Amino acid sequence: MAESVYMDNNATTCLRREVLEEMMPYFTDIFGNGSSKFYETGRKAQNAIYEARRKVAELIGASVNEVYFTASGCESDNWAIKGVASAYKDKGNHIITSSIEHHAVLSSCEYLEKHGFEVTYLPVDENGRVDPDDVRSAITDKTILISIMTVNNEIGTIQPIKEIAGIAKEKKVIFHTDAVQAGGHMPLDVKELGVDMMSLSAHKFHGPKGVGMLYIRNGVKTDNLIHGGGQERGKRAATENTAGIVGFASALEIAVRDMDKNTEKMRMMRDRLINGIKERIPYCRLNGPSGDLRLCNNVNFSFRYIEGESILMLLDMKGICASSGSACASGSLDPSHVLLAIGLPHEIAHGSLRLSVSEFTTDEEVDYVLEVLPPIIQRLRDMSPLYENIEK
Amino acid sequence: MYSEKVMDHFANPRNVGEIEGANAVGEVGNAKCGDIMKIYMDIEDNIVKDVKFKTFGCGAAIATSSMATEMVKGKTVDEALALTNKAVMTALDGLPPEKIHCSVLAEEAIHAAISDYKRKMGEEVPATGCTGCCSGCAKSADEHK
Repeated sequence: MAESVYMDNNATTCLRREVLEEMMPYFTDIFGNGSSKFYETGRKAQNAIYEARRKVAELIGASVNEVYFTASGCESDNWAIKGVASAYKDKGNHIITSSIEHHAVLSSCEYLEKHGFEVTYLPVDENGRVDPDDVRSAITDKTILISIMTVNNEIGTIQPIKEIAGIAKEKKVIFHTDAVQAGGHMPLDVKELGVDMMSLSAHKFHGPKGVGMLYIRNGVKTDNLIHGGGQERGKRAATENTAGIVGFASALEIAVRDMDKNTEKMRMMRDRLINGIKERIPYCRLNGPSGDLRLCNNVNFSFRYIEGESILMLLDMKGICASSGSACASGSLDPSHVLLAIGLPHEIAHGSLRLSVSEFTTDEEVDYVLEVLPPIIQRLRDMSPLYENIEK
Repeated sequence: MYSEKVMDHFANPRNVGEIEGANAVGEVGNAKCGDIMKIYMDIEDNIVKDVKFKTFGCGAAIATSSMATEMVKGKTVDEALALTNKAVMTALDGLPPEKIHCSVLAEEAIHAAISDYKRKMGEEVPATGCTGCCSGCAKSADEHK
């Protein structure tokens, strides 16, 4: 087994070798600026960017001129929300989102609240699912944007995006989905889903960090977030990250090509972890749904009577990389907003652990986690005053 | 993120456990904030003969509990009462800023145990408890008492 067992693929994934090889020429030989079309290295960069854009458009069922490359999923979310808010402010000032969005969406909405916008943060059920009826009833004649994530990054809940998109369309409200955690792990055809805007980020599907994408359906207006040159059809200034864009397209192409095979493999490992943990460790709770309503590679448990950062530190000593929604692990005072939104009391939310696999995870690594985790949980419980009366 | 000493006390915590029939027990913090420390002491002839702890919390909470128990073991009651969070932090070669409250809890846990002892000895001691220092919940410091 490798020295380090990487179980944090919802945080980021390793860059695929083939993708790196596709990217390499654009760091060195073909270094030209994609906007410099009067000499060859510039033209080659421009062609590579065009080809990448064409590929991505095809993979998500969009037109070439509806694909905009950005520097991150976070930027895509910021642009979608602030860009639409600014462009449609004369039409209305109301935005609908959910209480379990990524902070890229939540903080953008909070920012807009300081500038006169009103935001409805919809609640979710105990599995983290948004009720489409809640979306419908939240819409007012001032609503200009609905933004609901495709998949939750902490607990893997897959949202009823198609249904919500249908409601948005019926009510003539723009619908954006943060699909960053879903990218490469489930089919994302913008026409099939019926979304107006969709954010993706390459590093979640074995592409490079520092490159994202925003799909903007033709006809949807967005003000610029970044002003400057005329790149991205004048909508997003900045010299194109040629290598990153090439890597984005290459990684998404492979992820979509091998999706059936790889997601099935991940689902099996995910369920082996879920069932194995339930069998081996008492007083635990699976956070998020089971089966087909859950992202193929996400596992999230709360272990009662102990705290998440301690679990992460002991796992790290055994070479296992994971994450937690505890306040200490997140560096804030409150545990994860997602775990609180699904109704967990603070003390149980503090004891959460997220394990997320990839196609590169091996069965041996899953076995190793199942072997190492139970004694770690027991060790911390033996140290915990909350557990004293439980064992007796 | 953590110093070697913190990592050592987290990985190999000293004095973990309970003391049967301890004559001094103190518990501070609350589950909502994500840390609880419980200290057991066996005090004889005004000396902390033995001390054990149980902690629910992060790596720093466990390490500060371990270090605080080490620092008061064998000391007189007054010496133990003089333990400060700064001394615990110094002994651990420092803590990240967001973890300073763990050292405060460790100091408070030691003080709470000694207050319990003094109360048992018939002394009047004001109640102690979570001071609300971690701001982890909406309660004010007074409500915690």
